[in-house]
Amino acid sequence: MTLRTSDLTQLLARLCPMFVLLDEAGRICRVGDTLQKLRPMQDMQGLFFQDLFELLRPHGLTTMSELLASADAKLRLRFRDEPRTALKGVVAPLPRGQGAVVNLSFGISILDAVRDYALTSADFSGTDLAIELLYLVEAKSAAMEASCSLNQRLQGAMLAAEEQAYTDMLTGLGNRRAMDHLLGHLVASGTPFALMHLDLDFFKSVNDRLGHAAGDVVLQHSAHIMREATRGDDIVARIGGDEFVLLVKHLQDRAQLGGMAARLIERLQQPIPFEKEFCQISASIGIALSSQFADPQPNEILRAADEALYAAKRAGRAKHRFFDASGERETDVSRTCQHETGATGPHAPPRMEPDQLS
Amino acid sequence: MHGLINRAIQSFVCATYGRPLWLRVVESAELGFTEFEAMLVYDRETCLRAVEALCSELGRSRNEVLEDMGTYLVSHPNMEGLRRLLRFGGSSYVEFLHSLDDLADRARLAVSDLNLPGLELHEHSPSEFTLVCEPGLPGFASVLVGVLRAMADDYGALVMLAHEGQREQTELISIKLVESAFSQGRHFDLGGRT
Repeated sequence: MTLRTSDLTQLLARLCPMFVLLDEAGRICRVGDTLQKLRPMQDMQGLFFQDLFELLRPHGLTTMSELLASADAKLRLRFRDEPRTALKGVVAPLPRGQGAVVNLSFGISILDAVRDYALTSADFSGTDLAIELLYLVEAKSAAMEASCSLNQRLQGAMLAAEEQAYTDMLTGLGNRRAMDHLLGHLVASGTPFALMHLDLDFFKSVNDRLGHAAGDVVLQHSAHIMREATRGDDIVARIGGDEFVLLVKHLQDRAQLGGMAARLIERLQQPIPFEKEFCQISASIGIALSSQFADPQPNEILRAADEALYAAKRAGRAKHRFFDASGERETDVSRTCQHETGATGPHAPPRMEPDQLS
Repeated sequence: MHGLINRAIQSFVCATYGRPLWLRVVESAELGFTEFEAMLVYDRETCLRAVEALCSELGRSRNEVLEDMGTYLVSHPNMEGLRRLLRFGGSSYVEFLHSLDDLADRARLAVSDLNLPGLELHEHSPSEFTLVCEPGLPGFASVLVGVLRAMADDYGALVMLAHEGQREQTELISIKLVESAFSQGRHFDLGGRT
């Protein structure tokens, strides 16, 4: 059976709508309909293949014989004029040096090509996966969009949940929000209470020296001590890095509260094991009583406890102080606080320098 | 049941009857939430309860409501993406009908955990077909009738469709093509996605 050129082109036109039939000189004899559709204003027949297309791979092919010799290689080429659509191709030499057939396809440039050239499914061979590829790209984009919008909503929900949370994740204590809420509740219900503002001393040097993991252990350990030192319906909250608030209900007695603060400080001063080291911290406490105010307001009581804490720090740390409602605190810390200084008793710690902490 | 299916129901109700009706449906079906997520999977009962609640709110039969939903899925501007995906099935209505054999596989290709019932097209003559819908998704055949009707408009074909009911486990839809180029149809170009 011999195949005439007209049979061959008919066959190619049916199977490969982007074929190029080249003569022995590399001139284009016939092209498939789809390929011609890419350059509707320019008849491709009669042009040299190399004038129409720039060969990118394999490198440096210039002559027809070189092109024929590349029959095993995959061609990568593109149009020399705009739009410079990239194409893939394979070369099949015709017998007896009569020329060659090059079959072209879009490869990944298909997405731009269908838009640039308004291609339809009729432009692709029945076995071409181009339509399936286009389908898949659109389907995946739609699915991805739905996934992304879900992710965004989940992210938003997570942030909202965190914002609404009442628990400090590290220590399991209440957080600032919980404290604000419960303090507001205590004030509104007229329940008498004491507010202790506790600040860990030397915490920063633990963090600096042994790292944040050690800092976390210290915070958890301290939280445990505070929970043990309070009664079930008292509230302990971590309101900042190393700042805590304890709300002690129904207690206004300074001796009892002072004793409680002193025990807390004493226990917090016990070295805390971390890996092979010990962390040494202490605490200062400022205490305000709801009965110190004619019309207690949450912010007022917090500020009062904060002032007392400041006084305790100024007195040399590892101490507790009560808020002085007479307003003389600023001028004479030692006098207004003198009744409480002894409360830490024999356990008043030596001054600790950061390099002594271990 | 895949969230995409639940989400399609929600989208249909909101676009067609308004959000207040959807909120009533949600309430009477006792879903416990108001939004279906397209990319989560819900239990089957949830979806069936929502459809049931919808039908009783509307006072219409399930087949009618689901058929309208099928039409919505193809013809509403919200659903342009889905219409395009279906149009990839073929360049004529008949080609599209034949592509339904692959619909479940195509769906799975796009979203791997989306399982649609298998479909099989039987061609009795060039203009007469029966679509056999396998079990697995109650009401799917009714939705399909709406989809097939809307897709006929999309291709510009004139067809007569009938939901023939059940035979054993499967459901049958008869399709009679009266005129394949009855109207212009809607434009579709392969590179038309935005």
